[in-house]
Amino acid sequence: MKKQKHWYDYLWIWTIVYFALGFFNILFAWLGMIDFLVPLGFAVFGGNKWFCNHLCGRGQLCMKLGGGLKCSRNKPTPSWMYSKWFRYGFLAFFLAMFGNMLFQTWLVGSGASSLREAVKLFWTFRVPWGWAYTAGLVPDWAAQFSFGFYSLMLTSLLIGLIVMALFKPRTWCTFCPMGTMTQGICKLRRRGKD
Amino acid sequence: MAKRYARVDRAVCVACGTCASACPKGAAKIPNGCWAEIDAGTCVGCGLCAKACPAGCIALAERTDDR
Repeated sequence: MKKQKHWYDYLWIWTIVYFALGFFNILFAWLGMIDFLVPLGFAVFGGNKWFCNHLCGRGQLCMKLGGGLKCSRNKPTPSWMYSKWFRYGFLAFFLAMFGNMLFQTWLVGSGASSLREAVKLFWTFRVPWGWAYTAGLVPDWAAQFSFGFYSLMLTSLLIGLIVMALFKPRTWCTFCPMGTMTQGICKLRRRGKD
Repeated sequence: MAKRYARVDRAVCVACGTCASACPKGAAKIPNGCWAEIDAGTCVGCGLCAKACPAGCIALAERTDDR
């Protein structure tokens, strides 16, 4: 059965464009907030995960690479990876790291710390990224947020690509923090309805 | 009608939509947006959705008289 294509089936292109833009100008990292707020909006106001199954560019990119281009081994995802403990544990860890990123932004904004023009991969490895920012263009806190947020986005993309290659194309979706969070919201909203 | 059909474990499903993309008959859908459901009447029990599911939440079940 041939499936009809919609405009949102091409959002994987947006994911590539987003990371490419951040490579040249880190301030574009702010656009990633769309990927944070839209799924939350769907979950809170609509009680569904429509973003995950229709609009998630990252999931679509994993499907393209892992499915279409066969970059995935297509092995079963280990069961611990989609267990409740791991999913909610990873969500807690991710939120803690997000909180830390906001704290760093606040430190820079308050003058207690200076702007670090670097991207931190896997919350550990600092990669110089100074070429993507011209000092003084925006307040330092806004630039610091860009570097921190881009680090978070790039790290999660890399994790997604690694598990895509090792297991199934959309293995990342089984423990994606946004997916876990929106699923929790949906379950709370649907409690007693099903 | 096929002897088997696919069933989704709602508690584990992450609603990523992989099964809906994999299903050749359009039997897998996410009607409420929270988890996938498979129309037992349309399902031919090919198992493609179960094979594609990253969360391992789809299993094939034997049909009983009422399904």
